Amino acid sequence: MGTTAFEPRKKSLLDRLPVSSHIRQSVGLQRTMLLIGVVLCAVFMVAAIFAPLLAPYGYSQISDDAGSFPAQAEPGGKHLLGTTVGGYDVLSRVIWGSQTAAAVIVAAVLMSIFLGVFLGLVSGYFGGWLDRVLVVIADAIYAFPTLLLAIVMSIAINKGQSGFWGGILACGFAITAVFVPQYFRVIRAETIRLKAEPFVESAQVVGASSARIISRHIFSNATRTLPLIFTLNASEAILTLAGLGFLGFGIEPSSAAEWGFDLNKAMSDASSGIWWTGVFPGLAIVLTVVGLTLVGESINDLNDPRLRGRKAAGAKGGPGSSTAAAQAATSADVRGL
Amino acid sequence: MATLIDTPPPTVAAPTSKSAGGGLGRYILIRFLLIFPTIFILVTLVFFLMRITGDPITAAQGGRLPQEQIDALVHQAGYDRNLLIQYIEYLGNIATGNFGRTISDGRPVVEMLVKFGAATLELSINAVVVALLVGIPLGMFAAHKRDKVPDAFLRMFAILCYATPVFFAGLLLKLTFSVGLGWFPVAGRASTTTELSMGRLAAPTGVYWLDALRSGNLAAFGDIVHHAVLPAVALGLLTAGVFLRLVRTNVIGTLGKDYVEAGRSRGVSEYRLVTKHAYKPALIPIITVMGLQIALLLGGAVLTETTFEWKGLGYQLAQYLTARDFVAVQGIVMLLAVIVAATNFVVDIAAALIDPRVRY
Repeated sequence: MGTTAFEPRKKSLLDRLPVSSHIRQSVGLQRTMLLIGVVLCAVFMVAAIFAPLLAPYGYSQISDDAGSFPAQAEPGGKHLLGTTVGGYDVLSRVIWGSQTAAAVIVAAVLMSIFLGVFLGLVSGYFGGWLDRVLVVIADAIYAFPTLLLAIVMSIAINKGQSGFWGGILACGFAITAVFVPQYFRVIRAETIRLKAEPFVESAQVVGASSARIISRHIFSNATRTLPLIFTLNASEAILTLAGLGFLGFGIEPSSAAEWGFDLNKAMSDASSGIWWTGVFPGLAIVLTVVGLTLVGESINDLNDPRLRGRKAAGAKGGPGSSTAAAQAATSADVRGL
Repeated sequence: MATLIDTPPPTVAAPTSKSAGGGLGRYILIRFLLIFPTIFILVTLVFFLMRITGDPITAAQGGRLPQEQIDALVHQAGYDRNLLIQYIEYLGNIATGNFGRTISDGRPVVEMLVKFGAATLELSINAVVVALLVGIPLGMFAAHKRDKVPDAFLRMFAILCYATPVFFAGLLLKLTFSVGLGWFPVAGRASTTTELSMGRLAAPTGVYWLDALRSGNLAAFGDIVHHAVLPAVALGLLTAGVFLRLVRTNVIGTLGKDYVEAGRSRGVSEYRLVTKHAYKPALIPIITVMGLQIALLLGGAVLTETTFEWKGLGYQLAQYLTARDFVAVQGIVMLLAVIVAATNFVVDIAAALIDPRVRY
């Protein structure tokens, strides 16, 4: 823990954006963790967007003008991270893999946020039979091992044939099916808690319509945890995609590079001491997930004055405790899938 | 970080639950009845999803036999009939306890579930033991050193545990301890001789180390433990991170309580305060969340089993899925659904006993 004080900066657009304003608020350890997370995420996004420029070779390229790539070549020289059994360049596949992962995250998370938040708000606010039915269905799906559901979904959608977009959509849908119940649960729980708050009651007394109460009073409060869920979800999406690829239910290797698939192929290399085919895609997964998790958790802590670093919290006001239990429940929910 | 500094440890709600006794009984009954729709929804979902994926005959013979012959076989097996009729027939069979035989290798489903379920159970027990041994002490230590350097490292460790896919953890463990140092075997549940001697036992439980101990075969027991270490660590670390964070959060919550302060002023050692006074009440929410970990564990088991060629339900499930063997897949899903639903029931009841607010 350093004693870094706030460093006032020029009030540019950057400082008003969510993540950069959080960096300004943070101190000490919290700032370090947030910065590490931001850097990791930035590297991931740069790799995903500029993969065609950054990668030395294509993801399914096995030869260039100088002839075929050697199989299982050690890292160094022309192939910085070595090559696989099939002669693919490991570095290129790791970089291209970030593009696949990013596409899947965007597809899956957008679909599940939209559905899950909507259902959660409606179900939590109105209650009644709709709530009961939705809760039973969501609980059934939520409780089930996510990966298994994703596998079955992806086989059902894919039916074996999978191009780049087909594969990404299949994985996206599979992950969506798994995540909608999570958003649903978290948002519904928050909505139920907020419904009992005095400000909702007073809005009702004043005569605000349900739609207005949900969209103005509850939505903005219930979604406080969304950054956390979003990043956890994004990291879950990466892990699920990798799991699918590892088990061979993901995207075809010729249509996209996918870290989990590469790890699957690397398992048999391991026993003969070839480490580079598995370690690099694996590290890519771990670093991306760590980055997303650090950003999400830091933002979550910073949004909540009671969880902010002690120095910052002291400046902003005294600790409270009324929402901590709900917070505990939500985080555990998100985490404990 | 989901640090919950002010988490009030759910105060034990025994008196309240008495005053609302009727409510609790009703709640338990509703929760119990909800087990059935849960299983029903999952079984239905998987039934229809699996039918979309194709049929086992095409998966096995596609390309090898002419299309007409495949069609004839599919017709003979009845897979081309109306889906609803097949579905009703399937429900009828389940209701009468007839789970059928697997299509790809012709075993009775129940026998298959018992055999491979035991292997998965063994792996899960081992993993939970690792997770508790790692997670609880480290969580208490992190709470004790809150916001200091060790706490920062442990928080990173917990995040790493979560961020590392089990198969990557497995790969690293294999590379280091099997290939590099040669301490542990690369894969499998036991060496061939042990597997054979386990197969010869009269009434095996299927959990190898238990069987080895019961038959007093210490050599086999050592061999089994030797094989079990790496898979248990790979899967256990995944859950250890969750336990670490939970214990940390909850112990921090209870460490701020008046009775802990009172203990400190009486001269109780800091070690004792953390491990006894603050830890025990913090256990209640931990037990609840532990139940929820079962799904994570089962999902992780599929990947761990594939990584270490541990022939359990997860390993078999991947095989059966590839073969589009719906009978086997439905059987496995049904078993998992029952396990998950039953655990959730127990967790819900525990949560309701602890915190009466849950009930409405």
